[in-house]
Amino acid sequence: MRKLRALWIRLHGIFDGAGAEEDFSAELESHLQMHIEDNLRSGMTPEQARRNALIQLGGLEQTKQSYREQQGLPWFEALWQDIRFGLRMLAKSPGFTVIAVVTLALGIGANTALFSVVNGVLLNPLPYPHPEELVTVHAGKPNFSEGSISYPNFRDWQRDNKTLAALAVSRGTGYNLTGLGDAEEIRAELVSSDFFPLLGVKPVMGRLFAPHEDEIGREPLVIISEGFWQRKLGARPDVLGKVLTLDGRNYTIIGVLPANFNLLVSNFRAADLYVPIGQFQNPALTARAAGLGIHGIARLKPGVTLEQAQADMQQVSERLEKAYPEADKGIRAKLIPFQLAMVRDVKPLLLILMGAVGFVLLIACVNIANLLLVRANARAQEFAVRSALGAGRMRLLRQLLTESLMLSFAGGALGLALAAWGTQVLLHLLPQQLPRSSEIHMSGAVLAFTLLISLAAGTLFGLMPGLKVFRQNLQDTLKEGSRGSSSSRQGAQNWLIVFQMATTLVLLVGAGLMIRSLAKLSDVDTGFQPKGVLTFGLQAPSSMIGSSPEATLAYLREADARIAAVPGVEAVSFSWAALPMQSDDEQLFWLEGEPRPQSQNDMHWAIRYIVGPGYLKAMGIPLLKGRFFTPSDDEHAPRTVVIDDVFARKLFGNADPIGKRVFLEQFENDPATVIGVVGHVNQWGLDNDAVNPLRAEIYQTIMQLPEQQLGLVLMGMDVVMRSRYDADTAFQSVRNALVQMNHEQVVYNPATMESTISGTLAGRRFAMILLAAFAGTALLLASIGMYGVISYLVVQHTRDIGVRMALGADRRDVFRWVLARGGRLTAFGAIIGIAAALGLADVMASFSSLLYGVHTYDPATMLVVIAVLTTVAFAACYFPARRATRVDPMRVLRME
Amino acid sequence: MGDKTDVWQGTLALMVLKTLETMGPIHGYGIARRIEQTSGHLLALNYGTLYPALLKLEQEGYIASEWGLSENNRKAKFYKLTRAGRKQLEREARDWEQATAILARFLAPAKES
Repeated sequence: MRKLRALWIRLHGIFDGAGAEEDFSAELESHLQMHIEDNLRSGMTPEQARRNALIQLGGLEQTKQSYREQQGLPWFEALWQDIRFGLRMLAKSPGFTVIAVVTLALGIGANTALFSVVNGVLLNPLPYPHPEELVTVHAGKPNFSEGSISYPNFRDWQRDNKTLAALAVSRGTGYNLTGLGDAEEIRAELVSSDFFPLLGVKPVMGRLFAPHEDEIGREPLVIISEGFWQRKLGARPDVLGKVLTLDGRNYTIIGVLPANFNLLVSNFRAADLYVPIGQFQNPALTARAAGLGIHGIARLKPGVTLEQAQADMQQVSERLEKAYPEADKGIRAKLIPFQLAMVRDVKPLLLILMGAVGFVLLIACVNIANLLLVRANARAQEFAVRSALGAGRMRLLRQLLTESLMLSFAGGALGLALAAWGTQVLLHLLPQQLPRSSEIHMSGAVLAFTLLISLAAGTLFGLMPGLKVFRQNLQDTLKEGSRGSSSSRQGAQNWLIVFQMATTLVLLVGAGLMIRSLAKLSDVDTGFQPKGVLTFGLQAPSSMIGSSPEATLAYLREADARIAAVPGVEAVSFSWAALPMQSDDEQLFWLEGEPRPQSQNDMHWAIRYIVGPGYLKAMGIPLLKGRFFTPSDDEHAPRTVVIDDVFARKLFGNADPIGKRVFLEQFENDPATVIGVVGHVNQWGLDNDAVNPLRAEIYQTIMQLPEQQLGLVLMGMDVVMRSRYDADTAFQSVRNALVQMNHEQVVYNPATMESTISGTLAGRRFAMILLAAFAGTALLLASIGMYGVISYLVVQHTRDIGVRMALGADRRDVFRWVLARGGRLTAFGAIIGIAAALGLADVMASFSSLLYGVHTYDPATMLVVIAVLTTVAFAACYFPARRATRVDPMRVLRME
Repeated sequence: MGDKTDVWQGTLALMVLKTLETMGPIHGYGIARRIEQTSGHLLALNYGTLYPALLKLEQEGYIASEWGLSENNRKAKFYKLTRAGRKQLEREARDWEQATAILARFLAPAKES
């Protein structure tokens, strides 16, 4: 307490110095008078008396100084002094201060914004108890390393494993909800009973599915999301036990799931409805070999490692393969930790971006260091004088550090504001599939990060000029007077500029390669004409579900005709199975003349499109040979297929495919005849199609679907149409037409084909925009740095320039001389940068498939980047060089 | 000045407090002279060092000061002990005695041998 009180009084003493000082002078005066009087009494002369009193006191000024020190807080006062002095110095050169603070704010802001993304996506723990025990589970198959798990296998895995505390599966689906206002397509997830308990999710109301309630043939139950409960049911408390009509069946509501529940692993997405997996109305559910898009999650038993669990599941899979050699051939359970499953695709991207943005900060710091070096040189005189007056070197260093820390904290504060804004921008730019993006926000960790980099930056660039001041010879500086410094002092600055140029070049190369990749990608042939193509989902009225094949086909024909009649529609086709860049599906088959394969693994594979006659025109796919389907290729006509040119080349070589026959797996006794060849369509996305092993494509007509699958078509199919009108108008009129036909059918997921295609590039575009932004920032900073150093060079050499001009040097010579200085630095930087870029680009290419169609050493990119860098560097040197030519030799010489 | 000892760090405050207890309110010069006399002129006291020490004690609230008139009718600042100062004096005196007693025990056998 006493200490605190003293501290408080001393703090006061700092600001209240003047009054106390007078008081103390009076006290000392009276002290001396009394002492002198005593001395006089003891017989000294007045002179002796005074001298003696002062000696005894130990000096008037010294006493006052030690009193002052006790009065305030010396270290605090020194700091206060430093800060005030620093502020004065910074205010004296506002240009420098603004450039420094903005430079830092850019560097720190970009870093902080990106760090909040990295922090949210990669660093924050998952919001589940013991997230390290959670894994995703897939069925590894010979052709899909993470394939879907069949229902019978799931049950056997669940029963036979010894290392999992729980295993659950899920599959996305959609339901036509009727009886609550307009019919509506609602996203749902089919889940097994263990799904929510395994994650530790608790319902806000009601209960979760009990064990066995997820089995086939049980009562239809549904758990609804809090959002759905509020939106569709008015948050009524009595919804439990009420019934929802989904696809015409009644499901009893048993619980409400919290609104914040979300999970982004495998195919799972939070939905409005959760239904037990046993309610899946797909007849193939019980087939062991079926691939229905069902994926699993599991929790390891405590203490079990991933390897142990994987080994255990391997044994389980092998036993099942022995028991079901045909259906389970080559099927192995595959476990992947949650964290990895969620972020593995974006991790390299984020890390590369983090590295890039780190470089930007480094460049910013170098800039500040450079500016401070220039100032330190300009202030060498000041430091020398202060040194001569007794200021210790530590004291001077402290002054410099205080100034740079003030700059960096100001930059940090401004940077934080920039980052808050930048994070919002980033969130808009983020590819939608970026996992956990909802967890991105400014947090304590982000603030701490900013504070830390501000501190590090401040110390880093504050020390450099500080150490330089240390090395300087005081006498020399004082003697040199105001004439400035020798050129040797520019060495450090030159190297900093070279470093900046090199780093900027690396960033520019990265951004350039990304831009080139995207440009190449936008040139990739999609195989169809996406402009004007619209897609949407259509679900038949629930009353239709379970109708006869005849009624189903009649419905399809009517709906097709209604859409085709909508103004502006040029062509329309239903599409089931695969849809380019949106969904995929495979057809297994063998050719006529080949023996019937023993198992699926011995069959040929192709991407399967099940479409109507209008598909070719709606998509704008060229017909290469033969003909496409016509309305007469219906359920009564002979079975026909159309193939693409990849299929034709791969399976028929140079032979004419028209008239050849293929056995489709589902119609093994009814071979289909190839009637036409069409152009290859890009199925897997612009960047992936060429490298995907599965590229052969086969078309079948929807009218020839087997009965079982026709029933599924009614629950949801895609519609592809080509319209002359803009997307909104076209969708609205199609929606109207369909509601007129039957108000119970649902149109959902409207999208233009162009947006779907650009969506496949979202990740790359995100990387490109950020890299380009970082590279641009770096370029700006580097040019400021170059400008600063060359300007300084000119100022320092004003005398030389003046003398040269007096001796007859041309203004052009001077101009060239200055430019040559900048050019040398740029050339050095470019050479080092190119070497570094080659090394780094390899890293970039090997870490992820960010690049497309360009080599990391792409000469065109390199040349353009060097040209850009040189131009900017030239521009940065131009103005100081012009200033140099305006030096008046007479004035310079007179000043000597 | 002969064989004088410098004032040990920390003991000056104790001397000041004790002086104020003995003498009552007194000015800085008086305290300095008194300390010198009491020490039998064995201490080399720079009078100037007294004032920061007085200021520190005042900041800590052990002494208080006010302007008054000296015996020679001269304006001077008088210091006096506060209640907290009295307690502090007791505490410090006890600590000091204890410390010297302990040290004495260490030094005593050395004299015998």
